[in-house]
Amino acid sequence: MADNGIGTRTVRKEDQRFLTGKGNYLDDINRPGQAYAYFVRSPYANAKINGVDTSAAAAAPGVVAVLTGQEMAADGIGPLICGWMISSKDGSPMNAPAHPALAVDKVNYVGDHVAIVVADTYNQAKDAAELVEVDYDELPSVTDTAGAAAAGAPQIHADIPGNICYDWELGDKAVVDEAFSKAHHVTSLDMINNRLIPNAMEPRAAVAEYDPGTEDMTLYTTSQNPHVCRLIMSAFLQVAPEHKLRVIAPDVGGGFGSKIFVYAEETATLWASRRVNRPIKWVAERSESFLSDAHGRDHVTHAEMAMDENGKFIAMRVSTIANLGAYLSTFASAVPTYLYATLLAGQYTTPVIYAEVKGVYTNTSPVDAYRGAGRPEATYVVERLVENAAREMGLDPAEIRRRNFIPNDAFPYETPVVHTYDCGDYPKALEEALKLADYDGLAARKADAQSRGKLRGVGLSAYIEACGIAPSAAVGALGGGVGLWEAAQIRFNPTGNVTVLAGTHSHGQGHATTFAQVVADKLGVPYENVEVVEGDTDKGPFGMGTYGSRSIAVGGSAIMKAADKIIEKGKKIAAHALEAAEEDIEFSGGNFSVAGTDKAMNIGEVAFAAYVPHNYPEGLEPGLDETAFYDPLNFSFPSGVHIAEVEVDPDTGVVDIIKYSAVDDFGNVINPMIVEGQVHGGIAQGVGQALLEGCVYDDDSGQLVTGSYMDYAMPRADDLPSIDIGMSPVPSPLNPLGVKGAGEAGAIASPAAVINAVTDAIGADIDMPATPLKVWQTLNSAKAAAE
Amino acid sequence: MPTVSMSVNGKQYSGEVEARTLLSQFIRDQLGLTGTHIGCDTSQCGACVVHVDGRSVKSCTTLALQADGADVTTIEGLAKDGQLHPMQEAFRENHGLQCGFCTPGMVMSAVDLVNNNPNPSEETIRENLDGNICRCTGYHNIVKAVKAGAQGMGG
Ligand code: FES
Ligand code: FES
Repeated sequence: MADNGIGTRTVRKEDQRFLTGKGNYLDDINRPGQAYAYFVRSPYANAKINGVDTSAAAAAPGVVAVLTGQEMAADGIGPLICGWMISSKDGSPMNAPAHPALAVDKVNYVGDHVAIVVADTYNQAKDAAELVEVDYDELPSVTDTAGAAAAGAPQIHADIPGNICYDWELGDKAVVDEAFSKAHHVTSLDMINNRLIPNAMEPRAAVAEYDPGTEDMTLYTTSQNPHVCRLIMSAFLQVAPEHKLRVIAPDVGGGFGSKIFVYAEETATLWASRRVNRPIKWVAERSESFLSDAHGRDHVTHAEMAMDENGKFIAMRVSTIANLGAYLSTFASAVPTYLYATLLAGQYTTPVIYAEVKGVYTNTSPVDAYRGAGRPEATYVVERLVENAAREMGLDPAEIRRRNFIPNDAFPYETPVVHTYDCGDYPKALEEALKLADYDGLAARKADAQSRGKLRGVGLSAYIEACGIAPSAAVGALGGGVGLWEAAQIRFNPTGNVTVLAGTHSHGQGHATTFAQVVADKLGVPYENVEVVEGDTDKGPFGMGTYGSRSIAVGGSAIMKAADKIIEKGKKIAAHALEAAEEDIEFSGGNFSVAGTDKAMNIGEVAFAAYVPHNYPEGLEPGLDETAFYDPLNFSFPSGVHIAEVEVDPDTGVVDIIKYSAVDDFGNVINPMIVEGQVHGGIAQGVGQALLEGCVYDDDSGQLVTGSYMDYAMPRADDLPSIDIGMSPVPSPLNPLGVKGAGEAGAIASPAAVINAVTDAIGADIDMPATPLKVWQTLNSAKAAAE
Repeated sequence: MPTVSMSVNGKQYSGEVEARTLLSQFIRDQLGLTGTHIGCDTSQCGACVVHVDGRSVKSCTTLALQADGADVTTIEGLAKDGQLHPMQEAFRENHGLQCGFCTPGMVMSAVDLVNNNPNPSEETIRENLDGNICRCTGYHNIVKAVKAGAQGMGG
């Protein structure tokens, strides 16, 4: 193994600049002569706009322009789009409302965008925004997920009756009902998957610039997928033709899904910069991020699992209402359908599954993918049902899982809900996790806690996720409007060092390091001599970006394919120079050698020969620069078992996580240090969901109650435990690196593990977030009921 | 407009500011030191932490005028002669950062923590960092880094 090759804990290339304050985040970018934007937002959850008077604002000091939805529509700037078509049970297409970037005659949530104010300074723009007079007729609103489609609920979009986007199903209901009728035992649960606000630490931002000479436009934006952003901006929003628009996503301070989407703000900023012929900078204040970043989760679910007398799962039935917010965000429709219900088989052999999902509109910020996107919701449903089933049937929660795991010899395994799992060893991961968690010593620890007046509980979560998003044809067949391949270019420079241009984007994942490790390992060049470039549509091939734990599985595979092409061409060049037949050239450790001889040439020399082709194969193109596009054969299916052990103080309701153990199968791991970091971070977000975080809208007014860090509980250092991690890899046979993806696992597995532990401790059901108040109330109402 | 003068990373600066100009704005916009980050508008996240006269403060909650005459250190001033500060080195070695956005504030807070408590326990570290939010790391490796940084600083 090379020093910095695949499998090594190489420290990160990007850290030097981040640690010394030399990162280049959006707010660090300033263009000569730039003006500043501030948005006028709706203070109402649901209101008609009778008129917008911008005259006072336009006359305020320093103001360059005040632009509204009317002007945007007149300029032909199209509405924001959702790129995934879902059809209802009856075959009818989903109901998607018009989604103008700036509202024209109606606003639909608090924070909805009404006008953009552009001024010489930020303070002037903000001050002038106060002077924009909007004549609203306030209407009754609905923010509640379960109530949105109820009879008599306020109507949000005039053309969408009952606020229903779609009423979708997967599976054969009759078959599943039939199986339930034969069940020995049925476990059922009502669950809320609480609404979350992503809160990447760098707020969203944009700097837009128009060059009147070339008519080129440049948008610097906090994006996880700059190429897709450019595509949407040009093909659908008509802000600029694709070849005249450059989108740059520089260092981005976290994404977690929230920076996949194309939002109103960057659209309006880019459009306005051409109108006023000046660069414009917009940076969200955190309060604005709370209001209008796409939120996550927000399901209300009733779910049932049917068992035979041995605790074998014979059928599962799930009914979910998913809150989509006021409009459909970029990929919103797919999250509670194809990214959710298709994972309901979990790690088990459940033969028949039926799921129905009603997607509803509410007067809230749009809801879209947030770390895990649909898969945490699925894991939560499955793993809470499984744990409760075990308890109800008097089985050990580990044992009920053993009895139902897909056996190792059953792969590739086709589930009843679309997916075919490639590989896994679920029993092994379980046993390793039980060992890591000292499951055998649990009874003694519970007794000890009891003697101290504390309640101890343990919870398991055996999760699965579909990552490596995704085979394009499969996605197309399910309604997706894009291909989900990835692209990479490996460019040897004449001096032998290497530039890797990738279509993915790193916003914390460490691609500059990991991808360099892959290339150094595969091509035998020193790691220091490999530079990874991402995030600029003018540099490197079009790529689909980073989300859904896809970068190594799909992007890494594209890099491997490009490297194969480099080797192939290098062999031709070396064969010529070494006067041997191409078939006799072997490549290893950076050297092209003639089999059975000591004649060799290293890859740096080959690169030089490619650019100075004096002694060169006839007919071969000069240069050593190869691009590959890779469309995956299947999703990848990371899995694992997480175990949480908690102690509850019955006097205060405080839940303390005593121990958290995670054993994951990510296939091969390029950099264990980085992968463990991803797991830690994911678990923190899942623990946040389970114990702390919850987005709350006021039912009557539709105001966002949890609109700042004083009201929305972010996990802090003293809320979290240290985390024990084990790896149990089963390399994927379906991609050249044998990898599966690791970015979301922690957030997918942990909410179920923690809540299973809490319900074990308190002996009663509870919804997330299990705050001290809620735990205390649950304990006391259980006590009162018992008395 | 009033004038403010201060030493930042050992260099003397003065400039005109509005009375409402925050120290964070002065550092970022007027001095061009963009390593100090802004992550919130309610003084909760700690991305903006700098040292003023040797003590950590949230620069988003300090007026530039309040730092008049002070000795300010930002993340850019921590490394000396091209050598990372032991705390910076510890964050790198222990993978205490991912996206890097919280990192400047986190490192400045950690240095202050160790200045006041040369050999902190895990519990002390977790308690003392609760004014700094990191959404990426789950804090596990930050805690490890601060421990290692404390040793590197001679604790
Ligand atoms: S910017 Fe968040 S505390 Fe200062
Ligand atoms: S490293 Fe991203 S917020 Fe801490």
